[in-house]
Amino acid sequence: MNEQKGWNVLEISNLTKIFNRGSINEVTAIRSLSCFVNKGDFVTVIGSNGAGKSTLLNLVAGTYLPDEGSIRLGGHDVTFWPEHKRAAYIGRVFQNPLSGTCASMSIEENFAMASRRGLGVSLKWGVTRRDREFFKEKLRLLGLGLEHRLRDKVGLLSGGQRQSLTLLMATLRRPRLLLLDEHTAALDPRTAQQVLQLTEEIIREMELTAVMVTHNMRHALELGNRLIMMHHGRIILDVAGEKKKALSVQDLLHEFSKLRGGDEIADDKMLLI
Amino acid sequence: MTVREKGSTEGTMSFYAFIGAWEQGLVYGLMVLGVYLTFRVLDFPDLTVDGSLPLGAAVSGAMIVHGMDPFVSLGAAVLAGAAAGAVTALLATKLRIMSLLASIITMTALYSINIRIMGRPNLTLLNKPTIFDALNFFGLPQYVLVPCIFLVIVVVCKVLLDLFLHTQVGLALLATGDNPQMIRSQGVNTDTMIILGVALSNALVALAGGLVAQSQGFADVGMGIGTIVAGLASVILGESLVGKHSVVRHTLAVLAGSVVYRLAIAVALSYQVGFLRLTPSDLNLITAVLVVICLTVPLVREKIRFKRA
Repeated sequence: MNEQKGWNVLEISNLTKIFNRGSINEVTAIRSLSCFVNKGDFVTVIGSNGAGKSTLLNLVAGTYLPDEGSIRLGGHDVTFWPEHKRAAYIGRVFQNPLSGTCASMSIEENFAMASRRGLGVSLKWGVTRRDREFFKEKLRLLGLGLEHRLRDKVGLLSGGQRQSLTLLMATLRRPRLLLLDEHTAALDPRTAQQVLQLTEEIIREMELTAVMVTHNMRHALELGNRLIMMHHGRIILDVAGEKKKALSVQDLLHEFSKLRGGDEIADDKMLLI
Repeated sequence: MTVREKGSTEGTMSFYAFIGAWEQGLVYGLMVLGVYLTFRVLDFPDLTVDGSLPLGAAVSGAMIVHGMDPFVSLGAAVLAGAAAGAVTALLATKLRIMSLLASIITMTALYSINIRIMGRPNLTLLNKPTIFDALNFFGLPQYVLVPCIFLVIVVVCKVLLDLFLHTQVGLALLATGDNPQMIRSQGVNTDTMIILGVALSNALVALAGGLVAQSQGFADVGMGIGTIVAGLASVILGESLVGKHSVVRHTLAVLAGSVVYRLAIAVALSYQVGFLRLTPSDLNLITAVLVVICLTVPLVREKIRFKRA
């Protein structure tokens, strides 16, 4: 399609999401949030627990439907599109390394499904010889030796390996938008670093537009060209380019204490420096 | 102690019982393939089968009684079974009724529908043409012919199912049961997959029902009772005997399980334990106990291991 440079890949306007509406457990997870993501942006999103980061990603992906507002994706109003329809434009990696792959199926079968993301399925053979060559080529990039284990069940692999697979699968067909939902949070620090590096490489080489939610301020600062901080369902900080490069962990901590009162920071064990 | 009475007089009987068990194991193997599709592939516990088995028998039987072609009647049985499965799946996906409950609802409705189709609770097909008459080219006796035809049908269905599960749609179906979140994020509508899978499953079950009716010479509204438990027992039995490492192996396993299950039943029926002699009506109780044992073996094994450690 005729996507031009500078076009908004993602356009969110006045988005509101309320859970358990009308009950005593009513929670407003997202409060009339508006934001747009330009083509080629790599946005990192931080915020404390309950800030609405994951909810926002799930709204974009279609896992939840919003109570108010609209979402436009690549020029289409997708506000009421079901999850599977939006998948044509979106690649996703989840926090849980087990969520992105099918454990009981082989690596090549998982890849075959990912290679047809958004194209629909037919009664043609699931994994062809040509597919296999393509998958091997892609898997070689990981350097994990998985290109020799195409027929192994994914359930045999470690969390880190599965998360790397999910990342490759999400980008096997170029997504217009890559959504990363704390995808390194469940991994050990060394593996997390490797997966993060792979993420950075893939996004840079394929020139992808990506949104990455993270709990780790250092990761949020190191990666991407734009940083968004969320609090209570709103965006409270949105910096890009040179201003983002100049940002430090101290600046972010300062922002948090400014908005929330210093004592809350100590409570928030999820803020990693 | 087990006492085997009348051992000599049962010699000829048990040969027929043996052949009969093979015959049943094969034809109900189609039903077991269906149960494999829902319970194992889709992870969708489906009790519709207790209704779709007699549905297949009723449709096939009623059409034959009305003078229609027995082969055509089997095709109609397959379609009817698929429709019944689709209803269950629609209740579960579109109306969000718990899958187990949705299938019980359809099963209950099918009881009335089956009587409507037959016009009464049972039909006899004696002296009516069946597929076995049409296929008896060599003048074989029934007890040889029927198992042979069942074997061919079962092998064809197994191979077709294996092939299907290796297509793009098949992979999506497997993934829907394994990780629905994953396959949705690859752009597949999981509701559609569930409807397709449950419909296919019940189509196989109804085919089994139609074939049973034609081979036994009657259809009865009560013939489906306990089908699901027998199906589950066969699946679990086969998995533990043959394994389930691949789709091809898994479908072979459930078919083997079906035959072994019927053979075990035949053996159980031919023995007398003390004064107690088992009758066919005891089968559901035995099967239920068998399924409970099979399902709890992994748990018990785990506990034993835990205690030792």
